[in-house]
Amino acid sequence: MPSQPQLLVHDHHDNVGVVVVENLSAGSDILGVVTEDNSEIHVVCNQDVPIGHKVALRDLAVGDSVIKYGQDIGRVVAPIRRGDHVHTHNLKTKRW
Amino acid sequence: MATAKRTIWGYRRENGRVGVRNHVAILPLDDISNAASEAVAAHIKGTIALPHAYGRLQFGEDLELHFRTMIGTGANPNVAACIVIGIEPQWTQHVVDGIAKTGKPVAGFSIEGNGDIATIAAASRKAKEFVHFASAKVREECPLTDLWVAAKCGESDTTTGLASCPTVGNMYDKLIPAGLYGCFGETSELTGAEHLAAARAASPEIAEKFMRTWTAYQNDVIEAHKTSDLSDSQPTKGNIAGGLTTIEEKALGNLEKIGKQVRFIDVLEPAEAPARGPGLYFMDTSSAAAECCTLQAAAGYVVHCFPTGQGNVIGNPIMPVIKISGNPRTVRTMSEHIDVDVSGIVRREMTIAEAGDALIEAIVQTANGRYTAAEALGHHEFVMTKLYRSA
Repeated sequence: MPSQPQLLVHDHHDNVGVVVVENLSAGSDILGVVTEDNSEIHVVCNQDVPIGHKVALRDLAVGDSVIKYGQDIGRVVAPIRRGDHVHTHNLKTKRW
Repeated sequence: MATAKRTIWGYRRENGRVGVRNHVAILPLDDISNAASEAVAAHIKGTIALPHAYGRLQFGEDLELHFRTMIGTGANPNVAACIVIGIEPQWTQHVVDGIAKTGKPVAGFSIEGNGDIATIAAASRKAKEFVHFASAKVREECPLTDLWVAAKCGESDTTTGLASCPTVGNMYDKLIPAGLYGCFGETSELTGAEHLAAARAASPEIAEKFMRTWTAYQNDVIEAHKTSDLSDSQPTKGNIAGGLTTIEEKALGNLEKIGKQVRFIDVLEPAEAPARGPGLYFMDTSSAAAECCTLQAAAGYVVHCFPTGQGNVIGNPIMPVIKISGNPRTVRTMSEHIDVDVSGIVRREMTIAEAGDALIEAIVQTANGRYTAAEALGHHEFVMTKLYRSA
């Protein structure tokens, strides 16, 4: 097993990961693990991100789809840079 | 595998089903019979009243659901014997007759023409008899897979989809092939993952039945009544605080509960008892925790596995609810509510398979009589699902 990650990613197609530690501050170079195969990635987070919240793994433009579990979880409504906090301010459902 | 051959100590009921609790339930048929039911339960030790808000002037499908929930609750194998109290004798007797089909002791009392005090006295005498009957029962060794184990998640966050829901899924993948009955629901909360859920049906016919049920909920409930895009309700404020942003994301985490291999063999109406033998069932339910758990208990499920991220505190009066959490903060700040800590998964210290085994151990202990956190804390939310306004 790799050392304890700060970010977990479900699937290699995902463009976001989930912060799994508390008190993650802006500028941190964080270790991510893709749970599919335990491969490691690194990303610098641009904001303080609470535990359970998402961080972008690549730049995303308005209208792009956010992918998690290898599936579409909604559309980008404000530009996102790699390392940004992804939540209700820049991601909306495509349903309802 | 070894886990599938485990045994538990349960109560073998008259109809062959296995219960893990031994309640004498005092069941009000309707809202205005709550007072008498609670008085009996306060008087006779070892009984439990199940007060609720409905039962008057309901009609059609909504009335059928009311009766199904009442009868199913009394019939649940965790209930040794049942008293039904209603304002009038006819609907009361209908529920008594439904519960009596299990062969367990059941008696009905009606208040009109008698008043609360005489009704409470008569029902208390019968309840005392039932307590002696129930407390004389002895647990027997039964196969673990004789249990019916339901699942539903709540106050979910992103750790639910990473850890606690896959833990339940792993348990189902291990126990359902060996003969366990499973159940998942939450129709609206599969939105965004409905195509993946449909693909897990055991046959094209069941997949089609699932999609009809899901589409009907979308059209008749969500679309018919929504005043916004539901961003304030689904995901909930708690979900959003936990990092979930959209219903699609929430649904994908939710569906992790059904594991990787098992397929669901039927689609149940709310509170409908499964009738196609052992296997996983989907039930058409709301995603509100107490409503869903109440319906699953009424369908006959005797143990519940409840993954939570942000810390839902739900319990049920007759069905023990086991809480599983993989959120390191929640297991620290709300430890008294969590039965199975699987936060080791997000630290990569625990595998999903190990977490599944830990949950199976918790199911065995709970079935043998150990109180869940929700039981010890006195959570007995009993919430009837109502389909529309009464006449």
